[in-house]
Amino acid sequence: MIPAVHSLLALEIGWGTTLAIKTVMILMIVPLTALVLGYVFLLKMMSHMQSRLGPMDPGGFHGWFQLVGDGIKFIQKEDIIPGEADRRVFAIAPAIVVISTFLVFLVIPAGPDIVVKDLNVGVFYALAVSSLSVIGVLMAGWASANKFALLGALRAAAQLIAYELPLLLAVVGVVIQCGTMNLQGIVAFQSTGAIFGWSGIGFPLIFTQFIGFALFLIASQAELTQTPFDMPVAESELVAGYMVEYTGFRFLFFFIGEFGTAFAFSAIAATLYLGGWALPASWGISLGVMRFLGPLVLFAKIMAVSFLMFWVRFTYPRLREDQLQALAWKFLIPIGLINILLTGVFKVAF
Amino acid sequence: MRKPKLPGVIGGLGITFKTMLKPAVTVQYPHEREDPPTRARGVIALKEENCTVCMLCGRSCPDWCIYIEGHKEKRPPRREGGRDRTVSVLDRFDIDYALCMYCGICVEVCPFDALFWSPDYEYSESNIAKLLHDKRKLGEWMETVPEPEPLEIGAEVKK
Repeated sequence: MIPAVHSLLALEIGWGTTLAIKTVMILMIVPLTALVLGYVFLLKMMSHMQSRLGPMDPGGFHGWFQLVGDGIKFIQKEDIIPGEADRRVFAIAPAIVVISTFLVFLVIPAGPDIVVKDLNVGVFYALAVSSLSVIGVLMAGWASANKFALLGALRAAAQLIAYELPLLLAVVGVVIQCGTMNLQGIVAFQSTGAIFGWSGIGFPLIFTQFIGFALFLIASQAELTQTPFDMPVAESELVAGYMVEYTGFRFLFFFIGEFGTAFAFSAIAATLYLGGWALPASWGISLGVMRFLGPLVLFAKIMAVSFLMFWVRFTYPRLREDQLQALAWKFLIPIGLINILLTGVFKVAF
Repeated sequence: MRKPKLPGVIGGLGITFKTMLKPAVTVQYPHEREDPPTRARGVIALKEENCTVCMLCGRSCPDWCIYIEGHKEKRPPRREGGRDRTVSVLDRFDIDYALCMYCGICVEVCPFDALFWSPDYEYSESNIAKLLHDKRKLGEWMETVPEPEPLEIGAEVKK
């Protein structure tokens, strides 16, 4: 990120300023992306899939201001903490959920040098950090002193831990094929690769890891507790699960966390399977141009992946709790293991 | 041979995708309005000159939401040397739409065709007391009452 600014403005930027810019970027990106996904998919795409228009008036143009208005409304509301609740844990829990989302964005590259921290174990870090939200959810459910909240939190814990495995196994295939856990390395592999000697579109890993891609999408759907895996917040059984006692801006935190994490998972999927910010190296676009084009390319790919996620979300009804567990343990994990095996065999063979 | 069917899981995705591409059925109400069907029960209109203050509507109203007052007046006789006629004049005809449940019994029961259904539906008020509409307002709604639909083929025409 910083060399891009250097080259653009010819400025000397110190360590403190760099840190400040990075922090502000990351703090802005989660609420902003939550707004974008919430508006484009939750308000607009879902409405049209149900043959209605969704909000049309707020803001003048197709109701774009609706979610901002909702956010302002949430901030104005009273912050209620139940009398029996464990006050401190209750207050911290939503922040933990959102922080886990913030932390994922640290390693996602959006250009040749637009990344907060280019970790060598980027994939590992992203998956590890994203599962922190389970702790926040469990804390929220336990501290609410409400049986529905507790049931929702326990369901969430069982579900998130069960689907952590297929997520990881799906990603292992990519890591084996690229030989690196560094997200920039994976992007470079896909950009410079060639399919049987033809390098016209690079080598997006979705062509070899399509099983992994499907696994990743299904598992991330469950990680995000989106329909058809939304038992933790099943409104017809558990009211709203672990969120039932939350009001005002703490509830807003959960909302932002949900959609911010959806964006983060889409970003990981776009980076791992669709080539991330990069365009194929054979197209000969210089790195200087990619500094500005890269974020746009990544954003387009993320929106495509999010479209798949939300399309499934708005189509299917909720599974039963035992069906959910059976799907993970009996199908997704074995398929993930077979995928790893096949990837390993082909890696050695070719 | 039966055509092999897509599994429902995939077919469902197709349905939502197709629905997304079709235009929505929503009518953006304050900006655009739907025309209610001609027989819609929007509001009850009063044709005052047909009313004879017989009170049948008020007595048959299950909610007692119709208020009628009238008085008798003498009119000159029709024929030379005859007796003065007595006619009933309507002083007050109010319908309290806060009570009315739109059953339509008053319209059915009126023997002189003084009450009609109008499809007009935009008469909400900010205060519940303002929903008591008088005969002037009910008379204005007569303009919105559509012509009766033509009789069906083969129906008996009343002589």
